[in-house]
Amino acid sequence: MFGYTMDEVGNIMVMQGFSGLSLFSVLLLMALGLAIIFGQMGVINMAHGEFMTVGAYTTVFMSKLAVKYEIVNSYFVFAIIAAFILAFFIGYFIEYLLIRHLYKRPLDTLLATWGLSLVMQQIFRSTFGAKEVSAELPEWLLGSFKPTPDIDIPINGVFVMGLALIVTVGVYFFMFKSRGGLRVRATMQNRIMASAVGINTQKVDRLTFALGCGIAGVAGAAFTTISSTGPTTGSLYIVDSFMVVVFGGAASLMGTIASAFGIAQAQSILQFFMTSSMGKVATLMTIVIILMMRPEGLFASKVRK
Amino acid sequence: MKSLSDKLLGGKQGAVGLAILALLLFVVFPLWLDLFRLGLLGKYVTYAFVAVSLVLLWGNGGILSLGQGMFFGLGGYCMAMFLKLEASDPVSTKIQTTPGIPDFMDWNQLTEIPWFWIPFKSLPLTLLLVLVVPTLLAFTIGYAMFKRRVGGVYFAIITQAIALILSILIVGQQGYTGGVNGITDLKTMMGWDIRTESAKYILYFANAGLLIGCMLLARYILTSKFGMLLLAMRDKEERVRFSGYDVSNFKIFIFCVAAMISAIGGAMFTLQIGFMSPSFVGIVPSIEMVIFAAVGGRMSLIGAVYGTLLVNFGKTVFSETFPELWLFLMGGLFIAVVMFFPDGLAGIYEKYAKKFDIAGVVSKYVSKVSKKASKMIGEII
Repeated sequence: MFGYTMDEVGNIMVMQGFSGLSLFSVLLLMALGLAIIFGQMGVINMAHGEFMTVGAYTTVFMSKLAVKYEIVNSYFVFAIIAAFILAFFIGYFIEYLLIRHLYKRPLDTLLATWGLSLVMQQIFRSTFGAKEVSAELPEWLLGSFKPTPDIDIPINGVFVMGLALIVTVGVYFFMFKSRGGLRVRATMQNRIMASAVGINTQKVDRLTFALGCGIAGVAGAAFTTISSTGPTTGSLYIVDSFMVVVFGGAASLMGTIASAFGIAQAQSILQFFMTSSMGKVATLMTIVIILMMRPEGLFASKVRK
Repeated sequence: MKSLSDKLLGGKQGAVGLAILALLLFVVFPLWLDLFRLGLLGKYVTYAFVAVSLVLLWGNGGILSLGQGMFFGLGGYCMAMFLKLEASDPVSTKIQTTPGIPDFMDWNQLTEIPWFWIPFKSLPLTLLLVLVVPTLLAFTIGYAMFKRRVGGVYFAIITQAIALILSILIVGQQGYTGGVNGITDLKTMMGWDIRTESAKYILYFANAGLLIGCMLLARYILTSKFGMLLLAMRDKEERVRFSGYDVSNFKIFIFCVAAMISAIGGAMFTLQIGFMSPSFVGIVPSIEMVIFAAVGGRMSLIGAVYGTLLVNFGKTVFSETFPELWLFLMGGLFIAVVMFFPDGLAGIYEKYAKKFDIAGVVSKYVSKVSKKASKMIGEII
């Protein structure tokens, strides 16, 4: 196969598989936020990538502080929390200013949030400069371990994946096992009834949107461990994240996980055997074709409309 | 029954509006702008094709395509491939390893022209393909999506993904497409040098003429029964379907027409500017073109043209003097149009024009103002 022996192909698969896992984790975190905002609320947030960038810049900023006060080995957890909180509050604010006026016009939300993403990108550029910056990573995140001599697994990838899993489980418990999640689902399914039984639907909207943005912030913090951050970092991931959500079936958590995994793995394994652009083209093309045949996505919840 | 002229022009007000636009494009601008500025204007006018197509598709059909850039780009690439083949004759490319093929192919170790370039050796075939290739792509996408009743938001996201795929593909396949630089150094069309002053004027007028033609076509579609159905589909799709109409076929048709109009703009872009690059194909240009239509008024053909000219004029002025401010302004424009002026310039015009209630007074007033404004803009420049 492509001039490699079977052994080598196996090793490449494992290694590319693991590098795919880092991409999978970032995509999953991005898509979880989007699945809440787009899947539950029906809002197309084109600025979602910029919320990720907010998280990434927060982490970079925290790492600079950590270097100054010499706590590089322990700051990362705080950085993740800070990234979440900052993105959460910006999201809260944006919902209040912009999104809540546009719930009835989904296509217009798309344009308005695109405008928002342009503004945010320019703010990043003016504040942090056009150059890419990277966070000082704690030592325990660097390096890699080798289960066999030919396989090399980076630790940061494993860490990012662990983080993604924790957030996923957290989102699952919040959405399906808590009162808050119940309110969110009630509001999205039947707004009038929800408000009739005493749920403050506007508040739910605002918190849901903010939560989605906060998770994008965590995605940004995770992103800094595998790559450097620039003003347009988020916009590179926005189409992929939307494809993940749509491909998985907009309202399904399982679908989001499965499709993030599939897309990330396909991209990273194909990119090894083809050029990196062709790997991406092949993956996206496959998704588009599958979506054309099965528009409701992989794991669609069966509802009458 | 409406007469054909009514259908083409859209009644008295439409006719007056179109006449003013034609006057501006054919007389005022060419007389007043120097060749460089007129060239810029010509470039904006090619974008106006896309804005007009979006008025049909989005304003009246309720279908938001975030991939109009790819039809614009495909039209442009088809034209550019023809011009490039003509520019790479064996004599002027004799320093290459393989003379007679486009320079970027030679750089990428290709020794012969790929099969899909061969039809572009003939001009009539190229002109046909400029129209057919984007329309076929639109048909394929439209057929797959609309037949399965995919619409609205999903359609927007998927067209966006397809635009991304196409732009990555063009950038990635450098040997076949010229890669990120695009197809450059276009010189002649059937021996006619497109870079001379007279050629630039001729192309500008041809471009403006084609735009007016496309607007007449669009107006004809909108004032016909089909236009009524389009509006009805936008507002109550189910009711139209239950009345016995095949909604998906109408949608496919209007998507194809919109693709074709965009492609004409793309081809004219290549002819006037002399190159085509993937930066007109991807997501960003496609969304920017939506904002041109939104600023002008998504329901108004004439408004969309003014919107395009205005936004691009603003872009040129601001990105020259305050490049940092431009993105803020562009982003703000997106938000403001959506939040406060959903009907764009045309909506504002309608609101104030109704006060006079006489099309004649309004048109005189508008022509005065626009002349004054153009003078003022001229002084600023």
